[in-house]
Amino acid sequence: MNAFDIIGPVMIGPSSSHTAGAVRIGNVARNIFGKQPDKAEIRLYNSFSGTGRGHGTDKALIAGILGYAPDDGRIANAYEEAKRLGMKPVVRFLGEYPSFHVNTAELLLQKGKEKMRITGKSVGGGRIVITRIGEYETEYTGDYPCLMTVHRDIPGVVSEVTGYLAGMKVNIAFMRLYRTQKGSRVLMMVETDNPIPFEIEGLLSSRPYIEKAAILRGM
Amino acid sequence: MGKTEEEIVSAMGERYDVMLHVYMEGIEEETRSVSGLTGGEGYRLMKYEEKHSGGLYPRAAARAMGIANVNASMGRIVAAPTAGSCGILPATLISLAEQHHKGKEEVVNCLFTASFIGEAIAENASLSGAEGGCQAECGSAAAMAAGAGVELCGGTPGQAADAAAFALEAVMGLVCDPVAGLVECPCIKRNAFGTVQALLAIDMALAGIKSIIPADEVITAMGEVGRSIPESLRETARGGIAATPTGKKIAERLTKSSDPHFPS
Repeated sequence: MNAFDIIGPVMIGPSSSHTAGAVRIGNVARNIFGKQPDKAEIRLYNSFSGTGRGHGTDKALIAGILGYAPDDGRIANAYEEAKRLGMKPVVRFLGEYPSFHVNTAELLLQKGKEKMRITGKSVGGGRIVITRIGEYETEYTGDYPCLMTVHRDIPGVVSEVTGYLAGMKVNIAFMRLYRTQKGSRVLMMVETDNPIPFEIEGLLSSRPYIEKAAILRGM
Repeated sequence: MGKTEEEIVSAMGERYDVMLHVYMEGIEEETRSVSGLTGGEGYRLMKYEEKHSGGLYPRAAARAMGIANVNASMGRIVAAPTAGSCGILPATLISLAEQHHKGKEEVVNCLFTASFIGEAIAENASLSGAEGGCQAECGSAAAMAAGAGVELCGGTPGQAADAAAFALEAVMGLVCDPVAGLVECPCIKRNAFGTVQALLAIDMALAGIKSIIPADEVITAMGEVGRSIPESLRETARGGIAATPTGKKIAERLTKSSDPHFPS
């Protein structure tokens, strides 16, 4: 804790978990998707469903997907902003779903034929965890810069990627691999202390066994 | 964090600027909350106060509700320490600064004092309504405002600690029972009461009244009381005024209006 955790954050009200945290889920999902979607279906569960309208959780998530920060005054007009920027939001308040965290939002982002499902939970004080990216169950807070790859489940990929990072003097803070079954595809999230140089995206994407490489900014 | 003192003071100055802006904005007009349940409380008390000259206390209380009204209408605020209790610290300190002709630099210094008190509470008790009830949110905000306000008025660090203790003792055990789970009722009015408690605690400490129990023990006690508050009274909207017949009726109405919604 420091002075600015106590006096802060500067945010759009009314709730750090249901508004500011929801903006952050939208922000991180937008970063993972990598572009502004044409269509965003937002599914709200549990407390996000029951009190979401009154807390502006729907608007917060839409604004987050548009890339607005948690203190951006345009959050209150998120539906109008989405229309202006050409994104179609569909919001569903889906009630109780006991296996989900009390503040859960599921986002189905779509641009052209590309679709992605990202699930996030708001755990208090504006902090969040992304619990699903596509088919993978994850645990990603969005706090640190992150190199995300989707690659074939074969030996040597991890050492190649971390080798590049070492060469660029980027220190790894946390690292997780997720897969649904052995020998298929792997989602790797490498969180770092330093910003990650952009060249690495191109370097890795040119490898035949790396399907996708993306850099996520830390918040 | 590797920041210079100048950078840290300037960052707190930016938070003060946001606080001052909301302080002014909150009583300008009758804003409505997103749910429509509340709005205009700060504005109305300020209009009444202007007619009747009730003095510093109702004026500061009006400011606190005005800030909480801005929060409930999706305006920009500084959580201090939380969004639900965001009116108490700025309303107390800026109202006192107006009364005693203090400037930005002095208030910003006092915000650091407030944050130290908040950190002590976070470490030894809680700042979250879901963990410790309203005493942990509005109570902590009032304790922070009371300690910082003593400093602003030229009191000693010992008096600041005493004032913080008075403010926390006043709401020991206060539950978090928001109607329909929204940060509105009773939260907005509790911001007003928290502000008046802070101001009274400041006056008491400056008058030389001593806290019989030291502030750090009061903080620990608040944490222990928080842990013994049942879950129904910790932000779950299942107890207290949230569970009254009228509270439940309001919740039902507001939940109905958030049935599946498909904006075009």
